[in-house]
Parts: sequence; C-alpha cells; structure tokens
Amino acid sequence: MSSKGVWTISEWGEDRIKTISFELLTRARPLADKLNTELSSVLIGRGLEDETARELIYRGADKIYVVDDKNLESFIVENYSAVLTALILKHKPEIVVAGATTMGRTLLPHVAVKVNAGLTADCTSLDIEEGSGNLLQVRPAIGGNIMARIKTPEKRPQMATVRPKTIRPAQRDEKRQGVIIRERFGNEIIDSRVERVGHRKLDTGGAEIQDADIVVSGGAGLKKGDNFKIIQELAKTLGGAVGGSRNAVDRGWISYPHQVGLSGKTVTPKLYIAVGISGSIQHLAGMKTSEHIIAINNDPDAPIFKVADFGVVGDLFEIIPLIYEALKEAM
Amino acid sequence: MRIIIPIKQVPETSNVRMDESTGTMVREGVESIINPLDLYAIEAGVQLKEEHGGSATVLTMGPPSAEKALREAIAMGCDEAILITGKEFAGSDTWATAYTLSSAIGKLGAYDIILAGERATDGDTGQVGPEISSFLDIPLAAYVSSIIEITDGKATVERLLEDGYETLRVELPALLTVVKEINFPRLPTLGGKKKAKEAEIPVWSRGILEIQEGELGLKGSPTRVDKIFTPKVLRDGMMLKAHDEQSAQNAAKEIVKFIKEKNLLQ
Repeated sequence: MSSKGVWTISEWGEDRIKTISFELLTRARPLADKLNTELSSVLIGRGLEDETARELIYRGADKIYVVDDKNLESFIVENYSAVLTALILKHKPEIVVAGATTMGRTLLPHVAVKVNAGLTADCTSLDIEEGSGNLLQVRPAIGGNIMARIKTPEKRPQMATVRPKTIRPAQRDEKRQGVIIRERFGNEIIDSRVERVGHRKLDTGGAEIQDADIVVSGGAGLKKGDNFKIIQELAKTLGGAVGGSRNAVDRGWISYPHQVGLSGKTVTPKLYIAVGISGSIQHLAGMKTSEHIIAINNDPDAPIFKVADFGVVGDLFEIIPLIYEALKEAM
Repeated sequence: MRIIIPIKQVPETSNVRMDESTGTMVREGVESIINPLDLYAIEAGVQLKEEHGGSATVLTMGPPSAEKALREAIAMGCDEAILITGKEFAGSDTWATAYTLSSAIGKLGAYDIILAGERATDGDTGQVGPEISSFLDIPLAAYVSSIIEITDGKATVERLLEDGYETLRVELPALLTVVKEINFPRLPTLGGKKKAKEAEIPVWSRGILEIQEGELGLKGSPTRVDKIFTPKVLRDGMMLKAHDEQSAQNAAKEIVKFIKEKNLLQ
C-alpha cells in the first residue's frame, strides 16, 4: 500500500483542544487539497468526547483518529510515541505535521526514528512541490540568519513540526462533515519505566509568553532589577506577557521561563515591544517573526531597530511613563 | 555512575555575518565553539559525577577540528572523550546523526545516564537528543530544568514546559535533554586544562561503529536541504527621536496610535 493522506497531531490539555491544533489544520488543508487527498487529525488523551473531536472537523479535518485511554491523560513521550507509531504503520499517511511545541518537538523525533522517516523541525512554511508532490518545508536556521528549504525525497511519511502562532487558527464551519474513528490499544503502549509525578503552573503573573498576543520585553537598558516593574506594568496595561533578554535573565531581573531568544523561547505575538534591548543576533532569532515590532532604545544604531516596524530613539525612563498616559487616554 | 554526554561543535554565532549574494554564512574568521546549550549538559554531568562518583564520557561527531570542543569538555571536568570523524559522516541530518551517536554509545558498554543540550544553536532542531533515546529505547525526559534526585536506579527530574514545570520519574538508563535553567556552567580550571591537553582522544570511524555506508552521512539522511535563502529581516520601520519633552510626548502618542491602528488595544 502506498502512503496516502495528510495528518496533523492535535494537542489536548486542560479539557480543551489547544489552539496550535487549529493552526495545523490551516497549514495542512491546502496540502491535502493539492494532493487531492484526505486531511486527518490524531487526537490522543483521556475523556475525549465525540463533540470534542467534531470541533476538529468543523475546523477543516475530514477524519479524526481518537485514542482515548486512562493511561494517556498526560503526555508521556514513550506512550504517545507507541500510539502514533502504531497508527502510522497501520494507516500509512504521506505527511504528518505537529506543532513545534515541547510536545511536538519531543514526540515527532521519537516517532521518526521508530517509523524510519525524515523530520524537519520548526517550519515556518509548508507547500507541495508541483510534479513530484513532495512536501517543501521551509525553516529558519543559524539564529534565523538563513532560511532552508528541506525535502524528504524517498522516505515516508514526510514529517515536520511547525512553529506556533505563525498562521491563523482555522475558522469554524459547523456545516463541515467528517468521520470520527476510535482506535483502541492495550497495555502494550504503556512504558512502565516512566512515571509522571506532578505538575506545577508557572507563576507568570499573567499570560505565558508563547501564548500571548502581546509581549513586552526588557533588557540591559533597564539598568537594575527594580526597574523591571516598568515592563511588568506596561505588559499588564496592554494585557500582554512579560519577556526578557538574556542579559536581563542572567542578571536575575526576571526568571528563565521569560527569556526570549536562541537560548530561551521563540515567540510570535501580534505585537512585540522591546524596551532597552539592543537586539543581539540571538535575541532577534527569538522574536523577529512577530507580526508587529516596536523598539525603544537610546542607541540609534541598535540592531533591534532593523527589525522594528516602529522605533523610538530615546530614554526609556522618560518615554514609558508617557506611553502610559497616552494609553489611558486611548482606552 | 557512568555518564555520557554527546555534544556538537558550532560556529560562534553572536557575530554572524551573511554573504548577501550567496545567502550563506561567512565562515572565515568565525571561531568554532562548544554549542552553548551543551555546556549545561556538561556541567550537569560533572555535578552528578561529583555527587555520585563515576565517570563522564563526552563524544561528538564532526570534522577532525571538533577535537578542540572535546578537550574543552575535559577541561571542564569530563574524564574521557571520543571523536567520531570521517568524510562519510558529512551531510548527516538529525536522523543519521542520532543513528551514528547511538551506535557509538552502544559501543561504550553499560551506562546510567545520557545528558544532552536542548538543541544546537546552529541547526536549532532539538531533535537529536530525543532521537537518540528512541534509537536506544531508553526513557526520555526533555527540557529538564532540574535533577531533583537519583535513587534506586531512578532519576526524578523537573521539565520546563510552556505553562509550567512537570515532575517526571524515569528508570535508568535514561536520556535527559537539559535547558539553561539547570545550572551555571563552570570555567575550566588550570588542572583541567592540563588534563585536557594531555588527554588521548580515540578517533572512531565507520568501521569501528559497524554501520553500513548507506546508513550514515548524506546517504543515510532521509531529509535533504534543497535550497538556502536569506530571509527578509529588515522592515521599513518608522523611526522617531525623543530628545526632549515634546518629542518624547509625540513619540509616546505615535506608539499608542500605532498599537490602536493595528487593533491591539483590548
């Protein structure tokens, strides 16, 4: 049997389908259409109702493979990998895409080895090559300084993870029809060597930076940790999350989960505001695919201005309070 | 405790220059360093060794010059190093790299823990660590921010996820990929540097690893880089100068206007 069909790996948590799942459907729908094939989505978890799976049909999928098991409540890579590997070997899709999230970037490499497939990380664009029908995968490398287009000419499935928030989530259309298929597994999928002991929420004092529409980040220009309050307040006023440059994190002004850049997180919000951040290559790698970028810095030659849509050269301690006032008037 | 640390040598990318005409990185005068995120894996390994005893073996696949990275790891406290080199390894994608490293680890005999950096700063895939665990069929804990304890042949670790920290207990041998939050990598000591200088580093090739030629390098890689191009990074941004009170006030107003125009005010 030759490989056929495009799959997305949906993410489930806290009783809801995560937004990345709908973004993947936006990405994958045109791939399936170009190949004249079906778009399926895999949903793994516990307590998954048909109604939940149907949401993925409304958002563009033709078929949903639901794997619902008490042992699959939380993501444990070995168990999810055993499930996905079995599904891939059984149904032989030609393309499998997941989010470039902590789950997708752990699960897909694990599965790629088991099914002997090629995998491309953190893609920002996917397309089908005319003629060959191969998946064209574009991704940033070397800190975003180059873009590489990658193909998997022979091995199937062609697998990729896709950077979150780089495309709109698919719109809902309740008229769409599709099929829900429940796949069952025995205890053989459970790896007894791994046990999830607990989970504690990040104390972000607001939104998580990879999920937020607005991120306000501070850097060395803030001069001392106390001044980070300015960033926190501005983020709060805008309903955004707080980020920091490596410099700010290394000085202990803000904790590591907030770090944006090559050794921290990559964020793609609708609006990124860089305050007192000069914009090292590493920092730019983590934020330059944001939809809009505003930079405030006292050095007119700071590299951050090159990637900004809007730059202000000046003293941040003078400008930020004025932004507050203007914001209050506008809101 | 036997600790194994696969590392990668990468170009020092803080001052990357791009050749605009070819879209490739200017390699001339660019220093090669240990992947900065691998330093945390090395430090974690040296700390485990100090706490539990045992030895730390560092290995890399790369050009002969990657030996320098291995010596630096010894200078930080690793005990031995292995260099996997040969032109047949060139062009390996993450799958082929993980396969090669897994074969090498298989040759090393029994081990307790493999520590890897979260990803390399050049390729930036983060795939090789998880792929090695899959090849070796050992438990994986990715994004580890803290090793809480190692007792009774199990490691309890905390992993940093998007929304918080997850605690996982995995049976050893296991592979952990670690994030920056886990520690502060030490600098090499004088004694360490001396040891590194004198260390004999075995060189392993395809023959020693007993890998078929079609399974490594470019031939063994499922993926192919088809085209490289330079992204559009420059935005034609508006610039305002705020050099006095009036211009600062104007700049603040313009910023808010910009945010409002983009429908970003809630």
